[in-house]
Amino acid sequence: MNTVNHMGFIVASYAAAAAIVGVLIAWVTLDYRMQRLRLADLEMRGVTRRSAPVRPEPALDKAKEKA
Amino acid sequence: MAIADLANPTRFLKFANRTIPWLGGLTVLVFAYGIDQAMLAPDDYQQGATVKIMFLHVPSAWLGMLGWGVMSVAALGTLVWRHPLADVAAKAAAPIGAAFTLLCLVTGSLWGRPEWGTYWVWDARLTSELVLLLLYLGVIALWRTVEDPSRAARAAAILTLVGAIDLPIIKFSVDWWNTLHQGASVFRVGGSTIDPSILVPLFIMAAAFTLLFFTLHLAAMRNEILRRRVRTLRLMQASAVS
Repeated sequence: MNTVNHMGFIVASYAAAAAIVGVLIAWVTLDYRMQRLRLADLEMRGVTRRSAPVRPEPALDKAKEKA
Repeated sequence: MAIADLANPTRFLKFANRTIPWLGGLTVLVFAYGIDQAMLAPDDYQQGATVKIMFLHVPSAWLGMLGWGVMSVAALGTLVWRHPLADVAAKAAAPIGAAFTLLCLVTGSLWGRPEWGTYWVWDARLTSELVLLLLYLGVIALWRTVEDPSRAARAAAILTLVGAIDLPIIKFSVDWWNTLHQGASVFRVGGSTIDPSILVPLFIMAAAFTLLFFTLHLAAMRNEILRRRVRTLRLMQASAVS
């Protein structure tokens, strides 16, 4: 086997894995931020669930500050 | 907290918020160790250094199938037990399973070129794996097409259970048909044919990929619960205005 000739295939495989896993992580992270912002926006407008706590959760406070 | 308590979305969110950072940290550590061991593993006596592609290809193939397995169990939860989080789990698993199946096909193709002389061949193993990817894309499209989540969940659950027939076809395709793809070499009667110096790093990488799958799945389930809350609140807001 000629390792040098095949190094391109090995590097391409690991690059593809890094790209696909990176996209997955970015999608999950960005989607989480988006949903928290949307929830915070609705709660700022006074739209809340009946079962929601009286005081907003700390995570939502932060999201509101960012919004 | 009992496992049954997690059926409550609010309790599940608290559980996910606490668990995801720990699972993520553990995933990074196991990946670091796994990649280190994979790079230190010796070349194969026949395949040379290209055997290093196996440390990505085989775990991603397993997880592509595991993803559909998770969705199938969740589909039963939706149709039979009407579990409140079953369709959330199924919907969250689909893009992750699709990504691992795509990774399996890409790395398999890149491994096939130097070993077989071709990127692709329509043999039973490769074709059934491609069918799995198309099934994933189909179920994702179905979720996006039907607006009502409960109706979408039932339709997707039926498609998932029908599609589950592809899992044994993928597994046994190399036994049932003559394929260019090699036969089973890890889990087989008589033990693995792979030397421990390569097999151990493979299992470590498989553990890392599995941890990654469950970390992402938990995070995607959390997102889906929040998305449904947003949808409910918007409906409440719309009905209050009208």
